[in-house]
Amino acid sequence: MILTLFFTFIKIGLFTFGGGYAMIPIIENICVDRKKWITHEEMMDVTVIAESTPGPIAINCATYVGYKQKGIWGAIAATLGVVLPSFIIIYLISLFLNNLLEITWIANAFKGIRIAVGILILDAGIRMFVKMKKKAIPCVILVCAFAAMMLINVFAWNFSSILLILIAALISLVIYLIQGSPSEKGGE
Amino acid sequence: MIYLELFIGFLIVGLFSFGGAYAAIPLIRDIVLLFGWIDEEVLTNMIAVSESTPGPIMVNLATYVGCSQAGILGGIIATFAVILPAFFIILLITVVLKKMLENKYVKAVLNGLKPCIIGIIISTGCYMIFKNSITPVFQTSADWLAPVITIILSVLFFGFKGVFKKKMSPIVLIVISAVLGAIVYGIK
Repeated sequence: MILTLFFTFIKIGLFTFGGGYAMIPIIENICVDRKKWITHEEMMDVTVIAESTPGPIAINCATYVGYKQKGIWGAIAATLGVVLPSFIIIYLISLFLNNLLEITWIANAFKGIRIAVGILILDAGIRMFVKMKKKAIPCVILVCAFAAMMLINVFAWNFSSILLILIAALISLVIYLIQGSPSEKGGE
Repeated sequence: MIYLELFIGFLIVGLFSFGGAYAAIPLIRDIVLLFGWIDEEVLTNMIAVSESTPGPIMVNLATYVGCSQAGILGGIIATFAVILPAFFIILLITVVLKKMLENKYVKAVLNGLKPCIIGIIISTGCYMIFKNSITPVFQTSADWLAPVITIILSVLFFGFKGVFKKKMSPIVLIVISAVLGAIVYGIK
């Protein structure tokens, strides 16, 4: 059973391009519909939990499914399985990419690719903003974080974005303690 | 001690990346620049490779940075560190603290964290686009092609979304940008 978990998650890790969100439907298809390891509701739960906890979403799902099936060892097997294929692939690429970049047309291609990366990151941020519930305080925090991060980048200030996140969390907590419950409903 | 730096750096990334891969990218960028491991250009290449290979983007990126700094052991340590917080938090929530995410203080903290992270992501996206498309114009080589490519890619990407009512896959955009870069800079 542990081996089955391990190999199933290797397959999931190997065939999903596009990161964690692309994995969710695949995990659902295999673990809920075909293998019946967890129920549909549990899958929904874990997706919601994954969005409110740090770390790769695929790891959150794998750990959860593995644990439900076979306890702690199941969790370890599933998590290692989902990571292993990409680890090997990236390791191999890391050996060769620098040499490849010395070839002119590949270096040129990467000049284009770097522009695409910026667009993809901006798009991801915008999509998260669209999904967010637009209340006053979160919006103010968002705008302040945006402005602060912009200043940090442009002036190359030595200020970690993690500190920014901690400050935002603290401010939100203090506001909650002062105001009572501004966000009783919909904690998203 | 590079191994310890990698471990701590990516542990922090794993601990604060609420919202998946795109939340992790600004954090990884922060840590990579702070330790002076690689420059922005190389990191952007790595992000592109991580998006175009199977598996969770955050894990791919950790593996990549780790391998590039300290070989396969570095890769293993960085990967391990980035998934560790997610693994334990999910176990914690599943096993003992099922109601933790419904706790009002946890909710208050999350309500501050999330908009801040969205602000940071949008800001990072804007800055990366600026850096890769506007800055080259003012360098000695006066690269006017970069802003042109940026406009073409943006129109294609956001236009596709408008016309087909669904998102263009990141890999498709990366392939288009690679071909565009290779052709445009090749002719020049």
